[in-house]
Amino acid sequence: MNMHAQPQSTPAETALIDAFGERLSHLPGDGEVALKRDQSVEALKRGLPTRRIETWHYTDLRRLLTAVPEFDATLAGKPAAPLIEGSPVLALLNGVAARPVAIEGVDVERISEKLGDGTYAPALGPQGADDAIGALNSAFVADGWLLNIADGTVLDKPIELQNVQAGGQVHARLAAKVGAGVTATIVERQTGSGDALVSCVDNVVVGDGSHVTWVIVQEQPESATHLGQFNAWIGKDAKLTLFFMNAGGRLVRQEIRVAAKGEGSDFQLRGVNLLSGDTHTDVTMVLDHEVPHTGSREIVRNVVTGKAKGVFQGRINVHQYAQKTDAKMACNTLLLSDDGEFSTKPELEIFADDVQCGHGATVTEIDHGHLFYLMARGVSEKSARGLLVKAFLAEVIEELEDEQLVEALEAKLDRWFATHG
Amino acid sequence: MLEIKNLHARIVEDGTEIIRGLNLTVNAGEVAAIMGPNGSGKSTLSYILAGKEDYDVTEGDILYNGESILEMDPAERAAAGIFLAFQYPMEIPGVATMEFLKVAMNEQRKARGEEPLKVPELLKRVKAASATLQMDMGMLKRPLNVGFSGGEKKRAEILQMKLLEPKLCVMDETDSGLDIDALKVVADGVNSLRAPDRAIVVITHYQRLLEYIVPDAVHVLYKGQVIKSGDKSLALELEANGYAGVIGEAA
Ligand SMILES: Nc1ncnc2c1ncn2[C@@H]1O[C@H](COP(=O)(O)OP(=O)(O)O)[C@@H](O)[C@H]1O
Ligand SMILES: [Mg+2]
Repeated sequence: MNMHAQPQSTPAETALIDAFGERLSHLPGDGEVALKRDQSVEALKRGLPTRRIETWHYTDLRRLLTAVPEFDATLAGKPAAPLIEGSPVLALLNGVAARPVAIEGVDVERISEKLGDGTYAPALGPQGADDAIGALNSAFVADGWLLNIADGTVLDKPIELQNVQAGGQVHARLAAKVGAGVTATIVERQTGSGDALVSCVDNVVVGDGSHVTWVIVQEQPESATHLGQFNAWIGKDAKLTLFFMNAGGRLVRQEIRVAAKGEGSDFQLRGVNLLSGDTHTDVTMVLDHEVPHTGSREIVRNVVTGKAKGVFQGRINVHQYAQKTDAKMACNTLLLSDDGEFSTKPELEIFADDVQCGHGATVTEIDHGHLFYLMARGVSEKSARGLLVKAFLAEVIEELEDEQLVEALEAKLDRWFATHG
Repeated sequence: MLEIKNLHARIVEDGTEIIRGLNLTVNAGEVAAIMGPNGSGKSTLSYILAGKEDYDVTEGDILYNGESILEMDPAERAAAGIFLAFQYPMEIPGVATMEFLKVAMNEQRKARGEEPLKVPELLKRVKAASATLQMDMGMLKRPLNVGFSGGEKKRAEILQMKLLEPKLCVMDETDSGLDIDALKVVADGVNSLRAPDRAIVVITHYQRLLEYIVPDAVHVLYKGQVIKSGDKSLALELEANGYAGVIGEAA
């Protein structure tokens, strides 16, 4: 018996490889782009990651990705009302960019055009052997949006990017090249009505001195698979705040890969995982502090009901020259059911000696004393639990400076709790 | 209004019996004082009235307006008009006091089939009630009871009581931790609630509060039983002679 034989491909792996053969002629780009797609498929052919791959230890994609829906070009998503009234919306409807809107200070490009003319080739291909999302997305990506935000632009409303799926497969890119001295908020909505397999890779470059807030709201139906990857590079004295809310999906992996590239740069991660049903949600972050005098804070709060499983892996690499790094990470879970679970894996890799780094994790249940107090004032059990869940998350959500955004996110939380709490 | 008959109750966790055959009747329009040494079961009784899950009633019954409340959860009891002002009000981080008041008032109204109060009307009521208790509205923006001083917590309890307009008010050691000025403000608040269709049960182990809230009846609780009942002179007697005499009599 040959112990080193590749295990037989799973139906999902076979379906992906077959789909590539069928899709290839419909995908934009040749030359360098096609080469990158081929390389990406070669990576997929080596098999989806299993728990033996360290970064996928808690999310055995090979086992969990049980079915891959077929591409269906006849499906079309419908754009949603923006989270904040009056936001300019750039939609992707079942993977295809809708009509662009004009936004002052922002040059909007379609990724399909940049694939077509080959200029997007450098952004394709997996980054490393464990980058299954990068490989899958690079092989199949058909469209997306690229925002070029000019130096000094101050956006008065968030720009909303919508990736709305109606089923089948959707592989998209959302990218932003943010110039220097920009103040901008981008809202990314991952939503839809189908049982799609979605991959979405974001590449965000934050120019020197800019302040960018990026908000990902993922609320796929409980039948969809969502594979997200957010990559960012932060320039000198620039600040990036990434907020995410996961409130849907059957199988969800959101990767976050951030590099603090410029001195004085700052990264803030605030995340909320609302997990219910028989679902699996994994948030995996790798943060590199590459230069001196950079800071970061990560606060992830999880609410778990039903039989849901959640994972947060947070790895902070402090490079050798990155003195005076100030990095702190916290992951707090509120368990609302006995059958739910949440795993946390913090990792600090520190090669500099003059740094302040720390992490902490807690798991709690609803405090019975608090619940009794609220109920003794006539608040029904369900509402009382809702108030306490909101209280647990309030700190993370309310830190966003935009009040309308806070209200919109709290409304989403209320709605989630009404059906799942 | 309230009729407690041969009540026996234990702590769920370890089975210890705390209430041991307690009988008590409180009529509408009445102010009843419950006194007794520390550890005699006064707070436990108040928790059981409010429906706290930590206790198991093993025998007897609690009738409120003639009907047993034992099967009702705390929220149902509150909506029916039972209010407990806690001896140690809970601090609840992340829940803004004002938001909590809004939810509590409107959930009770909903349970009774009444229309919810609109925000301006609600604010008006809260402002008026806070003013009579000499409370700063700024406090209400803070999380519920978090960082409130002992006296502020007690006032916040009375504020809730005024706003929720319960029919049976149970006040557990509301006087402890209050200076004399605060005590008068709180007592005025309570006296303003006296009404023919409302009963007020004041739990205390000092006579002091009863100078300001004059009771119609006084009951002495000891080892989970009411061992003596009388009028307000009983409180004075206890003040003068301590509990030892009454306890000796009952033994
Ligand atoms: N949840 C509980 N767990 C353990 N002991 C309790 C609990 N509740 C009450 N007790 C005990 O019951 C007795 C009566 O307490 P309590 O009702 O607080 O008395 P009082 O209010 O009259 O001072 C005390 O011995 C107290 O320690
Ligand atoms: Mg007590």
